[in-house]
Amino acid sequence: MITAEQKPIEEIIEYIAPYDRILLVGCNECVTVCAAGGRKEVGLLASALHLHSLKQGKTVDIKEITLERQCDPEYVEELVSLIDSADAILSMACGCGVQTIAGRYKDKPVYPAVNTKFMGASESQGIWAERCKGCGDCLLGVTGGVCPVARCSKQLMNGPCGGTSNGQCEISPDTDCAWRLIWERLKALGMEKRYIEVMVAKDWRPAGGGGPRRIVREDLT
Amino acid sequence: MGNFEPEIVGLCCHYCAYTAADMAGSKRISYPSNVKIIRVPCTGKVDAIHLMKALEKGADGVFVAGCLEGDCHFKNGNTRAAKRVVYVKNYIESLGFEPERVAMYNISAGMGERFAQIAGEFTEQIKALGPNPVKNIKSNHQAAGQ
Repeated sequence: MITAEQKPIEEIIEYIAPYDRILLVGCNECVTVCAAGGRKEVGLLASALHLHSLKQGKTVDIKEITLERQCDPEYVEELVSLIDSADAILSMACGCGVQTIAGRYKDKPVYPAVNTKFMGASESQGIWAERCKGCGDCLLGVTGGVCPVARCSKQLMNGPCGGTSNGQCEISPDTDCAWRLIWERLKALGMEKRYIEVMVAKDWRPAGGGGPRRIVREDLT
Repeated sequence: MGNFEPEIVGLCCHYCAYTAADMAGSKRISYPSNVKIIRVPCTGKVDAIHLMKALEKGADGVFVAGCLEGDCHFKNGNTRAAKRVVYVKNYIESLGFEPERVAMYNISAGMGERFAQIAGEFTEQIKALGPNPVKNIKSNHQAAGQ
């Protein structure tokens, strides 16, 4: 999933300070799962903004809505009936959702309420970790299901660097050395030979080095 | 300020604090009538939004009272609640409110005296803080509306 974290409340307050009527829009997908911008977080942020404005001696009109997906035009269309009653939109979706709304409602300022972080997986309750960089040319088939692009701090392609220490990365004792994980996994699978094979320099064009990426599926358009 | 009688919401677990409050009553131990109790099946059911809404609607203080640590009827609802209380304390502090307006307590069903003591202490703590600033603004707005 795409993970996100709520922005500092002071930053959000600054964004919406000039407006009296806010449309606060959550998203039912990734940001709901990582507890950053789902229905629950929309309610909590609305309550916080109400508290803050009342303390300032003002009242702010906040309409709450959580769309099925903010990155999908057909769901963003649901805001049509609400848009005229808002001076600004505060989106709790990832950057994809914010931009879909901004593209559809061109005459309304749209502000992000979360910082989009990374593509990750849940390690345990309340903990998410980066697992994919979206490099566009997946290597997991040759690295035993552990990604060196997302999980090696240096994105090395041919084994660990000298910074690995007791199986951990030098950047933090909480960070596993990706190449230690790859080696252990390949060994467990009896695929040590793959570790010996030298990987050629990675082509970073599919990873975004060739500019913004698109997928066009002619059979679906 | 001297006449200030705070409105306090106490979210009490059915299996401990609520029973303790009941026991305080049975034992004729008085505690401040400022505390309005809401019974919950477990404090693990209490979410940050419940604490925030209580403050937003004008409560001067809100506390969560769950089972003693390690004694939760549902294993770890009280420890989850304690973490949410800390989260809300930090959240309201960033909004300019005193974090002491929100509190977490752990008591058992047999601690009627302790419940009364907590109710008294928390009421005094909120009296010292003064009214929730939101309440005055809300009443002013309502008066202006009328």
